Amino acid sequence: MAITAKAPSSFWRKGDGVSWLQVTPLVVVLGVFLLVPIATIVIVSFWDYDSVRLIPSFIIDNYTDALGSAVTWHTYLSTLKFAVITWIFTVSIGFTVAYFLAFQVRTALWQMVLFQICAIPFLTSNIIRMISWVPFLGRNGLLNQALQGLHITDHPLEFLLFSDFSVILAFVHLYTLFMVVPIFNTMMRIDRRLIEAARDGGANALAVLTNVIIPLSLPGIAIGTIFVVTLVMGDFITVRLMSGGQSASVGLLMSNEISLLQYPAAAAQAVVLLITVLIMVFLILRVVDIRKEL
Amino acid sequence: MERRGLGHYLLAAFFGLFVLFLYGPTITITILSFQGPDGGLTFPMRGVSLHWFANLFQAQAVGDFGGSFLRSILLALMVMLLTVLISLLAGLAFRRRFRGATLLFYLVIASLIVPSILISLGIGLMFNIASIDPSWYSSALGAHLTWTLPFGVLIMFAVFNRFDRSYEEAARDLGASSWKTFSNVVLPLIAPSLVGVALFGFSLSYDEFARTIMAAGTDNTLPLEIYGMTTNVTSPVLYALGTLTTFFSFAVILSCLGIMLVISRRRVR
Repeated sequence: MAITAKAPSSFWRKGDGVSWLQVTPLVVVLGVFLLVPIATIVIVSFWDYDSVRLIPSFIIDNYTDALGSAVTWHTYLSTLKFAVITWIFTVSIGFTVAYFLAFQVRTALWQMVLFQICAIPFLTSNIIRMISWVPFLGRNGLLNQALQGLHITDHPLEFLLFSDFSVILAFVHLYTLFMVVPIFNTMMRIDRRLIEAARDGGANALAVLTNVIIPLSLPGIAIGTIFVVTLVMGDFITVRLMSGGQSASVGLLMSNEISLLQYPAAAAQAVVLLITVLIMVFLILRVVDIRKEL
Repeated sequence: MERRGLGHYLLAAFFGLFVLFLYGPTITITILSFQGPDGGLTFPMRGVSLHWFANLFQAQAVGDFGGSFLRSILLALMVMLLTVLISLLAGLAFRRRFRGATLLFYLVIASLIVPSILISLGIGLMFNIASIDPSWYSSALGAHLTWTLPFGVLIMFAVFNRFDRSYEEAARDLGASSWKTFSNVVLPLIAPSLVGVALFGFSLSYDEFARTIMAAGTDNTLPLEIYGMTTNVTSPVLYALGTLTTFFSFAVILSCLGIMLVISRRRVR
């Protein structure tokens, strides 16, 4: 801008009007399809229902039912277990891949090409990517054929498909990218002179990694963690498809209530889930300051 | 330049394994989708044929593949256009400080991290209570935008953060109006990024499932149709469908990357 007249801090700042006009479509869409739906869920979570309809009222039974049931607590525990195990794998794989891309690939062109190769599957169908594991993990799948061929086992292993194992495998397969991208981004911003300085000071590769690169990559790790944790906590499709109904998750519990048309019960469950996820995000942000990344 | 040690090759091998992990399953079902008519869901291949692709186009065999495919493409195109337009406008707005900017930024982030099933349930309930029938072009469109807009807006933020304002100032100093500066200077410079936003908008919508499931109404989108198939189809026709939609996605991605490359090249000249 050629000339910017800073108006005193009146409510109507110069330029605010144009900005507000430009963000109006964004505000309308997020208002109507994010805020109003969440408000609807909160309201309906206090409603009553019978087998055919919703009955507007103000009862807390949906919450006492949800929080008072052992099933809910077990399900949360099971979902948390998925989140923690998935996080451990995605963060270690994601960090290693990002480290390779950021520090070991020397030319910018190759860096971009290899990065794109990692990113492209994100733009293809998740469901198809889950189904793709069937020929590997099934009863007569490649893995079982290989294990039997090598005489490691004499009967097909049933747990490979439709188990917690396959659920976590699919999570790692789908969500590691959400770690790679933010960690890679943060690593690319690390001033290379810091690493040289550490080396000149006598630090070996491991010391550089633990004292320079990991601390400076923490914001990226935190952003990736927020993605992975929120995706796993709210998931229902991966758990249903990959566990064949053997495993439980909060999202699956909700989606079962939805298919039974118990909307207020599902809504109460949704509110509890949202609060849980927000607390987890809040805790992550307490540990790591990501503001510099935004 | 230091010598590349053992560590480098170990990391390169790890990266190679990761890429294999990413693409291996997709390649496997691509091969298996060419199973012979007697073949099953796993190896061995019993002959090679296009049987399962042909099967896909017999409408009664696997549900409404054609209709859901068409709906998904139309929906993805609408989402793409809206995502580009809304993200671009928001990106321009955020170049200045304005009251409420921080709050709006958090709203965008919230849209990204609120569990998808909440969006789906919330929109479904909202339409239910308002007695409006949900459909793929209304409720599902909105649901998709809550997923694509954060990506679009964040990409625009990154673009404008790196944008060199001196080009604009030069145009203005030469007497160009605001609109002229925008259309002749800013827009051409950010065009490749806009193609990127379009790619995200299209692809994320085309593959969206979790936010659509309760918001699509009676007519399924393609991912919903595929999901329905997983419960009752146990033949390689599922792989044929997977292969087709994956290759469609790849075609979209590659053409967008191509367009971006062409635009950037032309700018260099």
